[in-house]
Parts: sequence; C-alpha cells; structure tokens
Amino acid sequence: MLEFRDIAVRRGDFTLTADLAVPDGARVAVIGASGSGKSTLLALVAGFLPPDRGRILWQGRDLAGVPPGERPLSVLFQDQNLFPHLDVAQNVGLGLRPDLRLDPAQRQRVGEVLTAVGLSGHERRRPASLSGGQQGRVALARVLLRARPILLLDEPFAALGPALKAEMLELVGRIATQTGATVLMVTHDPRDAARFAPQTILIDAGVAHPPRPTRALLADPPPGLRDYLG
Amino acid sequence: MAAGILALGAPRVPALGGALVAGALAALIMGTLAAVAWQAQGLAALGPWDWRAVRFTLWQAALSAALSAVLAIPVARALARRRFPGRGALVTLLGAPFILPVIVAIMGLIAVFGRNGVINETLRAAGLPEFSVYGWQGVILAHVFFNLPLSVRLILQGWQAIPAERFRLADSLGFGPADTARHLERPMLRAVLPGVWLAVFLVCLTSFTVALALGGGPSATTVELAIYQAFRFDFDLGRAAALGLVQIGLSLAAMGLARRIAIPAAFGAGLQAARGPAGPRGWRVAADAMAIALAAVFLLWPVLAVTAAGLPALPALPPEVWQAALRSVLMALASALLALALGLTLALAIARGRGGWIEAAGMLPIVASPLVLGTGLFILLRGWVATDMLALPLTVLINAIMALPFGLRALIPAARTLQADFGRLADSLDLRGPARLRLLVLPRLAPQLGFSGGLAAALGMGDLGVITLFATDSPTLPLKLYQLMGSYRMAEASACAVLLMAISFALFWLFDRGGRLA
Amino acid sequence: MMRHLIPLALLAATPAVAQEKPVLTVYAGESVASEWGPGPKIEEGFEAFCACDLRFVTGDILPRLLMEGAATEADIVFGLNTDVTARARASGLFAPHGQDVSGLSLPIAWDDPIFLPYNWGETAFVYDETRLENPPTSFAGLLDAPDDLKIVIQDPRSSVSGLALLLWVKAAFGDAAPEAWARLAPKVLTVTKGWSESYGMFTEGEADMVLSYTTSPAYHIAAENDTTKHAAIFPEGQYFMAELAGQIASTDQPLLAQAFMDWILTPGFQEVIPLANWSLPAKLPQEQWPQVMRDLPRPEKTLFLSETEAQSLRDEALDEWLRAFSR
Repeated sequence: MLEFRDIAVRRGDFTLTADLAVPDGARVAVIGASGSGKSTLLALVAGFLPPDRGRILWQGRDLAGVPPGERPLSVLFQDQNLFPHLDVAQNVGLGLRPDLRLDPAQRQRVGEVLTAVGLSGHERRRPASLSGGQQGRVALARVLLRARPILLLDEPFAALGPALKAEMLELVGRIATQTGATVLMVTHDPRDAARFAPQTILIDAGVAHPPRPTRALLADPPPGLRDYLG
Repeated sequence: MAAGILALGAPRVPALGGALVAGALAALIMGTLAAVAWQAQGLAALGPWDWRAVRFTLWQAALSAALSAVLAIPVARALARRRFPGRGALVTLLGAPFILPVIVAIMGLIAVFGRNGVINETLRAAGLPEFSVYGWQGVILAHVFFNLPLSVRLILQGWQAIPAERFRLADSLGFGPADTARHLERPMLRAVLPGVWLAVFLVCLTSFTVALALGGGPSATTVELAIYQAFRFDFDLGRAAALGLVQIGLSLAAMGLARRIAIPAAFGAGLQAARGPAGPRGWRVAADAMAIALAAVFLLWPVLAVTAAGLPALPALPPEVWQAALRSVLMALASALLALALGLTLALAIARGRGGWIEAAGMLPIVASPLVLGTGLFILLRGWVATDMLALPLTVLINAIMALPFGLRALIPAARTLQADFGRLADSLDLRGPARLRLLVLPRLAPQLGFSGGLAAALGMGDLGVITLFATDSPTLPLKLYQLMGSYRMAEASACAVLLMAISFALFWLFDRGGRLA
Repeated sequence: MMRHLIPLALLAATPAVAQEKPVLTVYAGESVASEWGPGPKIEEGFEAFCACDLRFVTGDILPRLLMEGAATEADIVFGLNTDVTARARASGLFAPHGQDVSGLSLPIAWDDPIFLPYNWGETAFVYDETRLENPPTSFAGLLDAPDDLKIVIQDPRSSVSGLALLLWVKAAFGDAAPEAWARLAPKVLTVTKGWSESYGMFTEGEADMVLSYTTSPAYHIAAENDTTKHAAIFPEGQYFMAELAGQIASTDQPLLAQAFMDWILTPGFQEVIPLANWSLPAKLPQEQWPQVMRDLPRPEKTLFLSETEAQSLRDEALDEWLRAFSR
C-alpha cells in the first residue's frame, strides 16, 4: 500500500495537501486543473521533492530520505525519458544496471523486453531516429525490465495521437499486470482515466482527495471537477 | 508546464565535491593574499597613484567589456543563422586571439595598427591623420581583440541553445526578423550578455602586459600592474596585498551587481542536435557577411602578420627551444586536465543549485592576482618543499586555476541544461557516481569540456606570469621567447612566437574538436 | 603514455640530485643563463676546474631572495644591477667578495666590498640611421626635438634600464628633471615593462629611438653585420650601469662560492662577456676587447649616482616621472 499521511507541500503561494492511501496493484488516475499539483503529487512519491509535512509510506516503510533511484518505482516523464546520446539497448539496459556493465544474460533480458514492446532489431538505433510511439515503447521496455512495484506516469503520451495513445496505455496495462505494479497516472483527459484507471485521485483547491471509482466520479463530478470538465 | 515541478532536481546528498573544490579555491586565493600580507606584517596604505590605477582599471575594463559584448552580437548572430563552407573552421579560428599569448598578440596588433602598420601607412598615403595604438585607445583595442572571440563564442552558444523548434514555431507564426529578435533572441541575450560583459570586465580588471605595452605611459596603469610594481620596485608586499584585496573587492562588487541584472532564461532541449535557424534573406545576408568578414579581418590579420614575420626563422630555432616547447606542452596538458576536473566538479554542483557562493568561488580566480597567488604559495610552501621543485607543479596548478573561470562560463549553462533535462531521469534510474559521469555527463558535456580544456591548455601554454617568480632552470616556451628577445635575437623571437602561437592554437583545436566529435 | 611523460618532464625540472659532485647554485637574471647569454660559457669555464656542478636558477632574483632570506638555496647571486644594491645590501644576506678591485676597467671608482661588477655599460638612446637621419646630438637636443620623434622607454618600476633612465635624468638635470620629463613625455610612444619589448618595437620600426645601452650597436654589427644602429652619445653624459655578483653568507658551499668570486675578474671569465653579454668587461684592458667593442664611440662623460644618492632620490624621481606622464 502507498500511503500519503498528512502530507503538505508548499511551493510559493501554492499548497498541496494529501492524506490518502492507494492499495497494491491499483491503477489510479490523477486528475485536476492545470497547475493544481498533479505533477507535484508524483514528484513527492518519486522523491524529487521532499514534503514540508507528513510522510509517504510504501508497505509501511517511510520513504523519506530514500533517493529517487532507490525508491520502489519507475517514472515516465512528459518528455526526456531517453538519453539521446545512448542507443536503444543502452537506454533500456540502464534499467538493469546504471553503469551498463551488463553480462550476457542481462543483455538477453534487454533483447527480450524490446521484443515484448515490438522493437526487436532496433537495439542500435538512437532515440532521435525513432518515432514518438517507438520512443515511448523504449521507455516502457525499461519499465518492464526494472519491474518496480510502483509506476508513475506524468502524461508521457500526451503528445501522441489517440490511436497511438490508446495502444500505449494498453501496453502500460499489460506491463502493470505482468509486474503487478501500482500505477499512478497523471492525465488531463477524463477518457484516459475512464479507459485505464478504475480509481481516480481528484486534486482540487490544493487538496488531493482519496481515490474514488473513476466512473462514479466522472458521472457525478464535484463542482471543481465539473468546472474543469466543462 | 506541470512537468516543470519534476525538473527541479533531487534533494540528494549534497554535492560535497563542488563545495570542497569551491572552498579550497576560496581558501587558496584568500589564503595566499593573507600569506603575503602576513609576510609584510600587515597591509600598507595605498597612495594617490594607486587610486588612480584603480580608477583607470575600472574605466578601461567597463569600456572594453561593453565594446566586446556589443560588437560580438552581430558576429554571433551572423554565425548562428548562416551556413557556409568553412563555417566551423572559421568559428574555431575566430577564437584564436583569446588564446594567443599576450606578447604574441601585442606583436601582431603593432604589426597591423602600429605606427609602421598597414593601417597607418594607408592613412598616411591617403593624407589622413594617423591612429595611435599607444595610449588608452590601444589598451581598449587590445582588450577587444582578446575578448571579442570569447564574447562571440559565449553568445553563439546562447544562440545555439535556443531549440530549433522555437525558430520553427516563430516561422510558423510568420515572425519577421524583428519579431524573432524580440521574442527569441533578445530574451536569450538578456540572459547571456550580463555574464559575457562580466567575464570580459573581470578579465580586463586584471590586465597587465597589455596596459604596460600599449598603455603609452603610467597614466594607463592597472591595479595588477601596480601590484607587480609594488613587488619589483619596492618589494612592498604590504602594498601588493592591499592592492590584491582592492582588486578582489572590485570584482566581487561587480559580480554582486551583475547577479542582480542577470535574468536567467530556461531553454528546453530538443532531442535533435540543434541545426541553426534559416537566416532572413535580403540585405541582412550582406550585413551578416559584413559582420563576419570584419570580425575575421580584425581578429585574424594580426595573427597572420605575426606568422608572416616569424615563419622564415622557424627552421633555425635551436633544439633548446623545442625542448622548452615539449615541456610547455606537457605542462599545458596537465593544467588542462586539472582545470577540467575542477571545473566539472564545480559546474555540476552549481547545476544542482548549490548556492551562489560556489559559483562565486569558481569565478574568484579571474580576479585574483596571479602574482599574489604565486607569491603567497611561495611563502606558504617554502619551508616544506624545495622551491625549485615547486616551480613547474605550481605553475601547472596556478594556470589550471586561472583558466577555471573561463571554462566555467561554458560549463555551467551546459551543466544546468543537463540537470534540467536529464537530472530527474538519471536520478530515477539511480544513475550516479562514475557511471553517471561516464554515461551521461561526459557525453552530454563533451563539447563544453573540449572547449574548456582547450582554453586551459592554450592559456597555460602562453603563461609567463608565475614562473618567473619561481626561479627555475627548466624554462618554458614563453620564457624562451623572452630570453631570445632579451638577447637581441628578434627574428628568432618572432619565430618562437609563431611556434608558441601554433602550439597554443593546436592544443585548443584538438580539445575543442575532440569535444565536438565525442 | 601521458602518464609516463608528465613525471618525466617534471623530473627534468628538478636539480640533478643524483650527482655526487657538489652543486653551486647561482641565482641569475633571465637573460644571463639562456643559451644566448653568457651563462653556458661561464658554466663550462667554471666547471672545467671546480670539480663541481654549477647550476643556474633564473627568475626575478631579488624579490625571490628577499622572500627566502637566509634559508635561500642560492650560493651566488649573479646579475644584480647597480641601482638596486641598497636593498640587496640591507638584507644582510651577502658576504664580502674579498677581491682586489683596484684595477677595474670601469669609468667610475669602485670600492664596494660586497658586490663585484662583472660587466658594465651605459644607458643610451639607440637609433637606426636609415630611419633617423638627424639624431639629436645631446640630451637637450632630444628634449628640443619635435614631438613626432618617437622614443620607447621602460617603466622604472619594473625594469632596471627604466630605473637607470630615471636616475640618468636626475643626474643630468638635477632640479630641472621635472621640466626635462615634461618635455620628453610627449615624445614617448609607449612605456614597456622591460627592455625586450621596447627593443622589439624599435627593431620593428615603431619608434625612432629606444632606451637601451651604448653597447647595443655591437650586437648588430657583430651578429648581423648591420652597421646602421647607433647609440646617441650625449655631452651631458650617459648613465653608468653594471651587473654585479655577490656571494651569500649562509652558503653551504663557501669554498666553491669563493672560488667563483675569485674567478670573475680573471681574463678567462672576462673575455666571455663582450660577445655573449653584449656589454663591456669589468676587468680587461681595452686593447683586449673585441674589435667591435673597441670601435664603439665611448661617451666622454659618465654619470652615476651612488647607492645612497640613488636610494634617497628614487621615490622623488619616480613621482616626478609619474606626474610628467599624467597631465
């Protein structure tokens, strides 16, 4: 279980509070207006931002002071998910060993996850020579390889077309199932939430509300969300 | 937008290395000053001539910096938006003056702008009044000559850091050149120019040989020169230390002031290597060509003049000169590696947002008097090590430190971009320590590292200042040049100057090129 | 590869400690010890009989010596200038040279027990007859010359020749020195840090005259077969300069140091001076000078301020000089 206990974080004159829990294996969308603090919530979990108050617990263990790389999670950012100077296999291989000194078995694992995302044969390519969808797949291959119990998605597919985005979300779903990961997905598109996440955390007026069933939330949105959905 | 919060970087273990290097630098620079003052049993009062030197120093540095920065803008813009055969080579070549040993540069400037130079001969033939390169105008001319390349280089980097996507966006919005300037270029210039101005200002603040050769007389005395004179004429260490303190105080004040006007602008990084924007057509093509041509003539003519004068005697140089050249090259390489290690440590710490004081400490060497630094080290170390053994290692160390601020100007923005773009990703993948260096930092910063290393190597190659103090029986190449001049052998000295220049330039080119190919 | 080369290069800088021969450490001015100065011949000549290793250490000798004090490694200091002896003497680091200085070939009397002159010459303005057809024939003539006659001089605060000029003007014009400087200043194209930069500008044709030495033309005649360079000889007198050697009292090689001092005034040493140092030998009859030196015009009058006079005048003279250039 991922718990936000009495969390408060201040950035300038903006404050976000959260006191909620996400059960294991849940797929949770995070929605809210622009600037409401969706990414801040993820940054707290990822360890990029320390809370000013409260604690974040994973399976009862306080994550405070754990560096991002040692947290039980993978992150996909809006962009810059790949290192442009490394090839596809290296970008994925970083998920196994950050120093890239891979043994043959590990190299084989890299090949397997690339095959799993449909990029077999692209090992030596640089990210710049791949399409947006392919770049997303490379990043997902690394997520698959790391198999961390939490997956944070900060709108990584926002730039993709609907069909491609659907395909990516489907791939995320498969990977999450395979690894049993708890997924937190920031989105501004209620359809993504409805399609992918049975549960949704609504952030409104500086408060991250505990997850509620997505369908019910969207069917009867509270006033803040209603304004946002229009 | 919302993703911006994630880019803030990770609160990790403090970048201890950066703080250590910065602390050591500050301790070294202030400590040597203290050692000199201690040897003198206190600071001595400054006389009216010293204060006059302070005023002249400030005035010429401010003017030189402003001229260098302003003149660099059209050149950098032209180079950023035009593509022509040999452009890369020209960009490298235009960097030549900055890394020219001062004595060589002065020879070149005199050959072009001197009484017997081409320009004055032309003016005379046309019946026009002559231009005198001696006097304050000569000091300014030389400073612009030295620093225009640095300014162009830094501004050009700023230009190239604007993602190509921005220019495409501008095109798609139907921006004319004026709109592009307003929305893309001016914000970049606002961010870059204060730093450029400050860098040149600080370089000129410690100017020494230029003022003494071209200043025309003691009214063009700079503070650094006054420090030298305090050493040489009166062996007045107290006055030297007091002047050193004034010099550092002035520079810190300037840096403090510049901090307030510098407006940082964050430019995202596109995945593609930035291919410059297509430049506007029409008369601006001619204007850009003119800017590039004028800069090339101004910067390269003196270099060519020195080459032409010295080349004939080059084969006749005795073996001792070549031996000194080898020694200088090895010392320059050692300086460069040291400067890179220090510079990278600092830049990464600064990029992680570790306090302005680290950046200030990194810039401190630019304002420190090499003479005070060398003397202070000498006083501190003489009881411990034989001073003869110190000469070369200390020269390497001091040259590395002196080159640091220039490298940092290039490294810091690149390290910031690196941190903003990939810091979070690397953190989340637990990419750290040597692996982060090897897989992320070195490949991404290779161009800036090459540039910085090249600068350090070239500047170290041409340095003369410190080594004369630490008497040695292992002369460096610049020392050989002076020995030749001191023995009436002006033709061989010219040849030696060409050799010195060629090696400095080759070192810079190798590093810079290597960095860009990496 | 690099890793092995760097220590090698640094090793090359360290004294030859491995040798069993005793080492005589001689602090010398930059130009002395280069292969184009007298250093190599002096080293060779001394090592031929001393069973020792003479090692030149070059640099800014006086500041360095003053910093090191009695702990200095120097046994001999070689190349101090006559105008800075007061400060060197005040350091108390030197021992008497113990030489008989009665028969020196100097134009002035010398009875200094500490500092031993090994060469000498006078300051002079040097010109090229092909470029300056009517050179001034006196110092007053130089002051009266039109301001487009351009001269380069050296800064007295960083150069011994520059300091000599300061004292020269003081010795020649006395209380009228400020006025002399006021008239000279407009003709000064620029003031350089050292002699080398000035002389370089002169040979490049930038200036009509350069502050140098009466012996400078000898180099051009002997080495370049060029007879167009001359030192202007002024009836007001030329200012005397000599280079001096002294032995350090705290030396760990007193016998060697004394042997070196004993050798300086001998013909074996003195004959090296004229064509290596391009100056005049301190103890050698004129008929034994090289022809080129004998042919040079000699000034009729030599000006020289004693150490105490120079020391007491220099601050005042410097101030006058600074004022003349700051109008």
